[in-house]
Amino acid sequence: MTARPATESFLERAPLELRDWFVHCLPGPLQWVTHHLITIVAVLAVFGLFFAFTTIAERKLLARLQNRLGPNRTGLPWIKGLRLFGLSQPFADAVKALTKEDIVPAAADKVLHFLAPVIVVAFSLMTFAVLPFGRNYLPVNLDAALLYFFAAGAATELAIFMAGWSSRNKYSLLSAMRALAQLISYELPLILSVVPVVLVTSTLSTKAIVLQQGHWVAGVLPHWFVFTPWGFAAFITFLIAALAESNRSPFDLPEAESELIAGHLTEYSGFKYALFFMAEYFGLTALSGLGVTLFLGGWQAPLEVLQFIPSYAWFMLKLVLMIVFFIWVRGTLLRLRIDQLTRLAWKFMVPLALLNVGNAAFWALTMHWSGPLQLVRWAVSAAVILIPFLLLGRTLSAGFAPRTYRYAP
Amino acid sequence: MTAALLLIAFLMLGSAAVAMALRNLIHSALLLIASWAGIAAFYLWAGAEFAAFAQVLVYVGAISMVVLFAVLLTRQGAPAREPVEAPTRARVLAAITAGACVAAVLSAAVLTTEFRPAPATPPSASVRQLGLELMHRHGAALLIVGVVLTVALLGATILAATEQKPEDAP
Repeated sequence: MTARPATESFLERAPLELRDWFVHCLPGPLQWVTHHLITIVAVLAVFGLFFAFTTIAERKLLARLQNRLGPNRTGLPWIKGLRLFGLSQPFADAVKALTKEDIVPAAADKVLHFLAPVIVVAFSLMTFAVLPFGRNYLPVNLDAALLYFFAAGAATELAIFMAGWSSRNKYSLLSAMRALAQLISYELPLILSVVPVVLVTSTLSTKAIVLQQGHWVAGVLPHWFVFTPWGFAAFITFLIAALAESNRSPFDLPEAESELIAGHLTEYSGFKYALFFMAEYFGLTALSGLGVTLFLGGWQAPLEVLQFIPSYAWFMLKLVLMIVFFIWVRGTLLRLRIDQLTRLAWKFMVPLALLNVGNAAFWALTMHWSGPLQLVRWAVSAAVILIPFLLLGRTLSAGFAPRTYRYAP
Repeated sequence: MTAALLLIAFLMLGSAAVAMALRNLIHSALLLIASWAGIAAFYLWAGAEFAAFAQVLVYVGAISMVVLFAVLLTRQGAPAREPVEAPTRARVLAAITAGACVAAVLSAAVLTTEFRPAPATPPSASVRQLGLELMHRHGAALLIVGVVLTVALLGATILAATEQKPEDAP
């Protein structure tokens, strides 16, 4: 740590300095453990609170989208009349979930029924370990970070199966199978949308991927991957697959609270039920964080002059924008049917994502092109993804639109 | 370090042993998955991050689903409808030949492998080096494995697609 960039302001370093100061106050053998414990506790605290405020933001935003007010009554228990716009609602929700009766069906497989929510939360939290939250804020710097991210996320499917099977309820099991079909279908486009970034950067490390996006054209145009043809296509694929992977509307069929009886969560109650939702939000946050890291420049500032703002602030701002976008989508789009869902994945997104991998390979091979060839490169790359998109979209929707209403006036 | 290895080995072998002893197929499958996770832990212990994560992604994420679906979709407890044919001489011969072939290939592979003494310092291979090695030196092997898997997938699709009930046939 000899040559620090000039952009490292006091605010950028402050949390690290605080941690190091605390660690050095302790005796030698404890330092290593404390160092890592502080990192873990910081991630848990920040994203625990982030989860709490995501739920209130979601409820409030959805309410506004539906012309309602949303929760606005919760205040602080010891001050009368102070309502804080209902911002303490998540804590009231937590107390409610904790004090509810925990019902386990008599026929259930007690051990697996208990293990399922534990596994789903534990593994969704593990994915946060490889996200670079700031210039110096990467909990674990792994060489194979992206592989780790998806490996940790793979256990979610196992947990959903365990939840559905151990409940000894045929509706639970059936909807667990539906949920698995959806998760497996969308795992493919999700991973295929990440492969182009790996191809172009030729690394699996999240830190290196962010560093490669840290340039600006004339100080205003950032070199984020979303601003390239292949990057844009991959980002859109990633967004759709991330929505489906985290069971969010319009792909929230596994839970579909208004049609099914909450799917594989039918036999869960109290805090275990809340744990599943916690895992869902953690998964959404982690996937959004990955999207920010891969396509939106991670912790890099959008303009060169704005680098004085700490990098973690940029990361959190982009993360919040992604979450708000997901909430907006939930308030806007209708839920798909299961056949539409799998058709979208296998017939539309997988072929386009595969094509985009080839597109990224072209981009990586033409890295040295300059001058007017640069224009050719952009045009070819855009055409490779845009023309199949239009053709495939036209062909697949040929028999379906426009919809005719035979019985309604 | 040795204690960690012993713990991992105990968990891995223990869960595999219990998986064989249990009556409940789903429990057995889940314990088998735990055993696979143990193998991943062993890779991590040995410093092979890439192999460990790939093991989790492929075995715990994907193959576990295949196993669980297979257990759920096959009827449990019902006796097989077709009686097993009595062993004829040809079948016995075929079985012995196939077994001998597999044994020959495996034992040849084991016998011809040189077990060099491990270097004093553990080698550090980055993912980049691993990828280059796989794509350059072992590129042909990788392609052949891909072709084999594709053929298996196509075969499974054909088997699943052509199996129709008699009343559904036109």
